[in-house]
Amino acid sequence: MDLTSDDVQDILELLDTLPFGELHLQTARFRLSLRRTADGEWTQEMAALSAPSMLPGEAAPAPGGAVAAGEAAAGQPAPPDDVPGGGGLADQAAERGQADGLRSVHAPLLGTFYRAPRPGAPPFVEVGSHVDADTVVGIIETMKLMNSVCAGVRGTVAEILIADAQFAAQDSALMRVREER
Amino acid sequence: MLRRILVANRGEIAVRILRSCRRLGIETVLAVSDADADSRPARLADAAIRIGPAEPAASYLDVAAVVGAALTAGADAVHPGYGFLAENPRLARACDTAGLVFIGPTAEQLDAVGDKLRARGHAIAAGLPVVPGGEAPTAAAAAELAREIGWPVLIKAVGGGGGRGLRQVYRPVDLAQAVERAMAEAESAFGDPRVYLERYVTPGRHVEVQLLGDGTNVIHLGDRDCSMQRRYQKLLEEAPAPLLDAGLRAGMRRAAVALGEYLGYRGLGTAEFLVDCGRGTFHFLEMNARIQVEHPVTEAICGLDLVAEQIAIAEGRPLRLAQDDVELTGHAIECRINAEDWTYGFRPSPGTITRAVFPAGQGIRVDTHVQAGASVPPWYDSLLAKLIVSGRDRAEALERLRRALGRCQISGVATTVPMHAELTAQAEFARGGLDTAWCARFLGPTTGRRSAAGGTVG
Repeated sequence: MDLTSDDVQDILELLDTLPFGELHLQTARFRLSLRRTADGEWTQEMAALSAPSMLPGEAAPAPGGAVAAGEAAAGQPAPPDDVPGGGGLADQAAERGQADGLRSVHAPLLGTFYRAPRPGAPPFVEVGSHVDADTVVGIIETMKLMNSVCAGVRGTVAEILIADAQFAAQDSALMRVREER
Repeated sequence: MLRRILVANRGEIAVRILRSCRRLGIETVLAVSDADADSRPARLADAAIRIGPAEPAASYLDVAAVVGAALTAGADAVHPGYGFLAENPRLARACDTAGLVFIGPTAEQLDAVGDKLRARGHAIAAGLPVVPGGEAPTAAAAAELAREIGWPVLIKAVGGGGGRGLRQVYRPVDLAQAVERAMAEAESAFGDPRVYLERYVTPGRHVEVQLLGDGTNVIHLGDRDCSMQRRYQKLLEEAPAPLLDAGLRAGMRRAAVALGEYLGYRGLGTAEFLVDCGRGTFHFLEMNARIQVEHPVTEAICGLDLVAEQIAIAEGRPLRLAQDDVELTGHAIECRINAEDWTYGFRPSPGTITRAVFPAGQGIRVDTHVQAGASVPPWYDSLLAKLIVSGRDRAEALERLRRALGRCQISGVATTVPMHAELTAQAEFARGGLDTAWCARFLGPTTGRRSAAGGTVG
């Protein structure tokens, strides 16, 4: 069940002839709330309540072949997009992860972690790489945007905790860096 | 007559397509990834079918999974929406092979316009003005070409689109490296390393013309202004384009129809143009062979249901109206409400929607796939909803829009509603007709440092 804007407009025209400021309608399939604001305008809140009717089973393979290189690549990293604060969050997170002179570099956002700027390219860092606080050590892809992950600390990469193209939860540790002071 | 359509998409466009199908009495089956199995679109469809895991490459971008789902579901047609496989000739061909109707142009037309350089060639052949430029197979060739067309230049990926694979170069000394990097990026992002060069037109406006064709006749449904962009991603669109010279407008509409006729275009498509504000000229940019995100502003001024028109054409019917039957009245503006924190570099904000309150009333339309409890997964683009507001003229539409934005209340994730409220409050925006560089200046002081990249669909 899905009401269109025209449907809602028809209901509002009726409501505008009545003294009520709110309408709440709920059935097994949907919920609609309309509320009049202080200056006489309306808001809507809708929800589909019925559970999806899932057809059984995963779709069988069909003619059309496997995913071609171009399409597989379409989901791969584009050039990194510097979101300010990526390094900053890694900074804070790294402080939390401090132990044995090792500091963790954490995922600033949840998303897919990439070790290289693009498929086939050398990784940003390997174990043993020297990094500064602003060295890019990987990319997190979230909602089709590429976000650089900075080391947030000066030192040497001691351990990489996540494989390329794996999903990283927000704040999860991606690698450990042996800090230099 | 189509009886059952597989909707091979997600998000607000899935809801949009379901809505037209329901109105037309056509059954719907929605193809869903594991991440979308409990989404609002899945609840609204007559049925849903899983096509794979959350990662788009293994679900929404998998031609075999989509066609297999359509066959399993007993569908007779596939609607691809926008993005994902919408302009992929392989899906169109696989549908043909499987005896399914692909709701879109022919595979040959997708081939003709999907390759940006080939599209440029067709536009030239159809008599359209293009931005000075051409193919740059090597850095040396690019340098030669740049000398001819003048600085600055824009490097574009032949296989790119949706604002991806673009790179501005201001100085000859930077060109060689920029071309090489652009080719490497194009190879990895689009599987095609070819790039071409165009003069970087600034100040410019992005104006596009909506086309509808049945394979024989082509009409236009007016123009849209999409100049409000950040990193080539559209933020807000309106129809018609405000404060546009009447001669330019008429010229662009004629040019768009000429291109459609040249291609024998079938279905819904958009010819994108760049208006050179300094020179008072327009140039063909590219053609999008699908329904676009911003189609509702056109629907608001022409009174048509563009998805229904797509379906009618896919059923093999001729155009249901002639150019003279198209009446464009009023003005409409669309705000793209994204799950992004604009105060923090437009940082993506996946999560769970706890509440979604939208405005309602005269001239207001909301296209959305979110509701309280909806998940906003990290694997897909950040579009949450489109607020489309129309009025008898631009002033009325804008006034309604400002008030409507004030009644949006989305909780659980950050959204761009506050950015739209500020943008639409600007006096310069109220005057209208701004160029594509204006947004960067408007956003500059509030959003911190920015760099060139991006990647959602248009």
